[in-house]
Amino acid sequence: MKITHEEVKHIAKLAKLSLSEEEVEKYAKDLGGIAEFVEKLNEVDVTGVNPTAHAVDKYNVFRADELKDSYNREAILKNAPSKEAGCISVPKVVE
Amino acid sequence: MREDYEVIIGLEVHAELATKTKIYCSCSTEFGSDPNTHCCPICTGMPGVLPVLNEKVVEYAVKMGLATNCKIARFSKQDRKNYFYPDLPKAYQTSQYDLPLCYEGHVDFKVNGEPKTVGITRIHIEEDAGKLIHDPYTGDTLVDLNRCGVPLIEIVSEPDIRSKDEAIEYMQTLKSILEYLEICDCKMQEGSLRCDVNLSVRKKGETKFGTRTETKNLNSFKAIGRAIEFEIDRQIKELENGGTIYQETRRWDDDKGIGYAMRTKEDAHDYRYFPEPDLAPIVLSDDYVNGIEAALPEMPNVRRERYITELGLPEYDATQITNSKKMAEFFDKAVAKCGNAKLVSNWLMSDVSRKLNESEMEIDNIKFTAEDLGDLITLIDKGTISSAIAKKVFEDMFETGDAPAKIVESKGLVQITDESAIRDLVISVINENEQSVQDFINGKDKAVGFIVGQTMKASKGKANPGIVNKLIMEELNKRKNG
Ligand SMILES: [Zn+2]
Repeated sequence: MKITHEEVKHIAKLAKLSLSEEEVEKYAKDLGGIAEFVEKLNEVDVTGVNPTAHAVDKYNVFRADELKDSYNREAILKNAPSKEAGCISVPKVVE
Repeated sequence: MREDYEVIIGLEVHAELATKTKIYCSCSTEFGSDPNTHCCPICTGMPGVLPVLNEKVVEYAVKMGLATNCKIARFSKQDRKNYFYPDLPKAYQTSQYDLPLCYEGHVDFKVNGEPKTVGITRIHIEEDAGKLIHDPYTGDTLVDLNRCGVPLIEIVSEPDIRSKDEAIEYMQTLKSILEYLEICDCKMQEGSLRCDVNLSVRKKGETKFGTRTETKNLNSFKAIGRAIEFEIDRQIKELENGGTIYQETRRWDDDKGIGYAMRTKEDAHDYRYFPEPDLAPIVLSDDYVNGIEAALPEMPNVRRERYITELGLPEYDATQITNSKKMAEFFDKAVAKCGNAKLVSNWLMSDVSRKLNESEMEIDNIKFTAEDLGDLITLIDKGTISSAIAKKVFEDMFETGDAPAKIVESKGLVQITDESAIRDLVISVINENEQSVQDFINGKDKAVGFIVGQTMKASKGKANPGIVNKLIMEELNKRKNG
């Protein structure tokens, strides 16, 4: 299956990645190869098989609505490269 | 709005569910805590964690579905909605895509006396995102993840709404139902109930929908109304000037009273939904659904009908009182105490509502109890105090929370019904106002009003007005005929 340069650029944008033209070329080929491999599944006859979203035959995994301790804030913020006033600090988000 | 246009509106309403814990972890959902103190590896999106669905979220969503006449899916699943934003640490929101828990429902309500039905396309469960705070010192954005993972239901309507008033009534109806079910605290100012407005306009007679815009995150009835008016005006002006409406996401600035397009690119809305592999499908039995249905409380519209048919309240009053479960409960308690439903309704609709509005309070913050209001009405019914005095007692109750009997006693407000005492007052007032007496004798009936006023004043408002009137007429006629 062919993946176009436009499609690679679109996916890269959604993933917030910037790619050089050479990389676009390379990923178009790689992703095309992966898609082609997955297309092999189309060869399987699935007549009479219901579509499923999960491979494991398990359902209704619930927990009770019971409060447990959260982590302390220091631990939660430990990996944040920048923090301020008990929050993770990120570059200004403009809408 | 111009007569030759029609507006098409659909609402997406988000309601935070009143569970104790988040949707996929056991962190608290409490509002207003210190930032990032209700967080754990699951709700902050650390790699390798395993979310587990809170059973109450399913129960509450099914309750809302049943209360809005939806079908309940016997098989449902959760999906990942992918997008990048700093309030969403996993870079996807767990939501439901093609198999929502509830679908194909409707709600019925009245708009300016006319019946209206709005279809519900679907109700699905999902998680809320964190909160972004602008830091004025550094210019950066601060991220608080306490709200991340708070359970939401999203209620999506059909594009059945045709006016601002219908949109507001629809929202009010959903809010009442959520309150009656006790599944959402509905504090709109805290964002626990909010909505997105999808809106387009078209020339009347046109069968195709126009291009719609989506105004996000409106969190008061006033904002919903104003944002709709603004967007209708904007779209019509744009079309009349030969312009184009773009399908875009917009924000509403309630302080400035303007809406504006967000600067996000259209292709950012390619959410690439796919099934959430970490969460098992939800399979509901008939027993489970029937059990929830059997335990549903009385709904606002049923209570309203009961107030109209059993208690004889006017439809408007019954609607206003039953819109809020707390107001309806207050009403019931007051009526249980005094047995006079009409008078309780009148007090709630007039003095109580006015004072609540003036002080921007909710009924559950009021200082006196429903029983106190019942007692006040009993004092009027028994003739212990006049209606005029009752209003003064009520002002006192509102300020101090004191029981009405205590206020009446300590301020000496008991109504005077003793005829001889009132007659003494009347005679002295008549004697002091010879001019009015002459006016009356000369046929000017207006003079009576003046004497009544003076007598009430002399009794400090405590004389029984009926007796005052009767005795004044007796005394004046004596003078006229004597
Ligand atoms: Zn958590």
